[in-house]
Amino acid sequence: MTPSLLSIRNLDVSYPTSRGHARILIGVDLDIARGTSVGLVGESGSGKSTLALALLGLLPENAEIDAQDAMFDSCPDALSPATAQRLRGSDIAMIFQDPMTALNPLFTIGTHLVDIQRRKFPHASQADLWARGERMLVRVGVSDAGNRMRRYPHEFSGGMRQRVVIAMALLVEPKLLIADEPTTALDATIEAQVVDILRDLRSELSAALLVVSHSFGLIAELCDTVIVMYAGTIVETGPVNVVLHDPRHPYAQALLACEIEPLSSIEAAEPLVTIPGTVPDPANRPVGCVFAARCPARHDRCIEPPPLVSQGQGRSFSCWLGVSL
Amino acid sequence: MTAPVLSLKDACVRYGDLTAVEGVSIDLHGGETLGLVGESGCGKSSVARAISGLNPLSSGTMMVQQEDVAVKLRTDRRFLADRVQLLFQDPVASLSPRLTVGALLAEPLKIRKIFNADTWAAAIALLQDMGLGEQFLSRYPHQLSGGQARRVALARVLTAKPRIIVADEPTAGLDVSIQGDMLNLLRALRDRLGLSYLFISHNLNVVGRVTERVAIMYLGQIVETGKTGLLFRDPAHPYTKALLSSNLTIDPQRRRERVILKGELPSPRNPPSGCRFHQRCPLARDICAVRQPRLETQADGRMVACHFPLSGGSEAMAG
Ligand SMILES: Nc1ncnc2c1ncn2[C@@H]1O[C@H](COP(=O)(O)OP(=O)(O)OP(=O)(O)O)[C@@H](O)[C@H]1O
Ligand SMILES: Nc1ncnc2c1ncn2[C@@H]1O[C@H](COP(=O)(O)OP(=O)(O)OP(=O)(O)O)[C@@H](O)[C@H]1O
Ligand SMILES: [Mg+2]
Ligand SMILES: [Mg+2]
Repeated sequence: MTPSLLSIRNLDVSYPTSRGHARILIGVDLDIARGTSVGLVGESGSGKSTLALALLGLLPENAEIDAQDAMFDSCPDALSPATAQRLRGSDIAMIFQDPMTALNPLFTIGTHLVDIQRRKFPHASQADLWARGERMLVRVGVSDAGNRMRRYPHEFSGGMRQRVVIAMALLVEPKLLIADEPTTALDATIEAQVVDILRDLRSELSAALLVVSHSFGLIAELCDTVIVMYAGTIVETGPVNVVLHDPRHPYAQALLACEIEPLSSIEAAEPLVTIPGTVPDPANRPVGCVFAARCPARHDRCIEPPPLVSQGQGRSFSCWLGVSL
Repeated sequence: MTAPVLSLKDACVRYGDLTAVEGVSIDLHGGETLGLVGESGCGKSSVARAISGLNPLSSGTMMVQQEDVAVKLRTDRRFLADRVQLLFQDPVASLSPRLTVGALLAEPLKIRKIFNADTWAAAIALLQDMGLGEQFLSRYPHQLSGGQARRVALARVLTAKPRIIVADEPTAGLDVSIQGDMLNLLRALRDRLGLSYLFISHNLNVVGRVTERVAIMYLGQIVETGKTGLLFRDPAHPYTKALLSSNLTIDPQRRRERVILKGELPSPRNPPSGCRFHQRCPLARDICAVRQPRLETQADGRMVACHFPLSGGSEAMAG
């Protein structure tokens, strides 16, 4: 078995709200082996970015974080603010969903690319860091890099900003790269290019990847295993080719059924497939299965918390359907 | 055919010495969804901002409901805002951080002085239709997930009751179920109210499914436009073909054979001579470096700007 880089047990995150405790993550386990790539998919608002931000120590101050165990690269207590801050920007790097949050409008692209390297390479000269930054900009497909280094974020298109952010993350040579929707702002040709860059990074630096995305295509291209989340919990996890092609949890099945077939029935007038119903309010969660209210396979047992069922091929899912009654 | 609700002719958008959009013409008809796709940085958002009046056109004309917008705006400041609304590409940045979701939703109603119990109930119902219950009304933008912020932004745009919505990446960051809800809602509203959409997206599966016509942009210009089904099945411009071939699918084996473009997207500050795509085009010949191809109508009704358009599909590009 590959040595584990990150291992988290029973992570809970919640926010105090006027309407009670909003529980955003409940009992989340996450394991990432060195150099592997893990995909995180699931409902919008299910807590994917929250999980990513927890690993980076970037949750807001009023977030209550509690984990039984959190180990990163033989460093215990990885989620404590002090440790997370130390790991961030050196061993763990991040590509955000929204590139503007990572870029300061007052600084040039070159300044961003140089500053990000200072923690990792404190003794390198400004000129070296600048040159290294410029080379990375070329590598992520930004033309006219010498000139663009002197320009400001607002002068870049959405997709070019995202490539700058990717270049920033790659420059620190992290052990774990967390990418939250890294390609949503990019066209298909550049998305394919970014997939290649991220693959290279994995093999060159043996960095591990945690990819958060709504694109099953991206996850299929880039990841070894996939985690499916719903309402703050992990409902199914396993190898990509197993889970994406033969999901067992009813939520995972329903979600995959919503995928739009490329080029299918282009003039189709019938509505797109969706999952009827809405997610439970995090401040008022059901006692049993969180998906039960929307589940087509719901039965009497579902008012109790579902068991975690392990099946062959490294798959496990949380559902009473997995238990022979 | 009836006159288009929006007609953009020979539009250019410049930022200093950079020409982001050069000679783009677009007709959008009542009740139509027109897709606009292309390379990141090719000028889609610049077109979107120009149409919604946020960026002036450097040259070219724009007609909305057969009125010249530049002329109308001289006497009616709200002429454009009452008819055309932009759904921003970046939802969080477009929502004022100091306002709650409730205040954000009420704002367009108050600006138009139509805030009352009925319009407010309708606005809340709209949010509910998108899966966001009343508990969201007291939240601030930073307390929303990416997908939730996008839905709030859409609800705001819809409460302003425009005729035309320019949707810049309206479903980016949404899960496929909520994406389906949004697209179903957009279509239902369009059919009920006769809205028209200019639909900008990088998601080719979505564009293929919800648009009737599509325009493909490359480096500030439209290189191919026509019926979506036709273009997607049988692209005629080599760039369209390369773009479609890169589309990721859940089944990597079932992908089209990928056409890898050589080189990188040139800078619009210094566009290539002749055809802007020639340095990266697998089919370029000498003339392509010299003469700029014009958009020309083909036998099947589409328009292509290419000296050697692919006909009948796929044979030529493989080698
Ligand atoms: N400061 C906060 N206070 C209360 N609730 C919050 C706060 N920040 C986030 N949330 C809620 O936490 C939940 C999880 O948000 P998160 O951003 O992790 O979702 P996500 O899975 O990344 O969604 P998306 O796919 O839309 O990006 C959401 O329901 C969100 O509204
Ligand atoms: N305010 C600005 N000042 C200077 N240049 C700009 C400005 N806004 C955009 N640009 C440039 O104009 C070109 C077109 O940008 P635009 O944002 O319209 O592209 P886009 O097609 O929307 O890209 P994306 O798909 O990445 O969102 C890019 O080269 C960009 O760098
Ligand atoms: Mg998120
Ligand atoms: Mg854009």
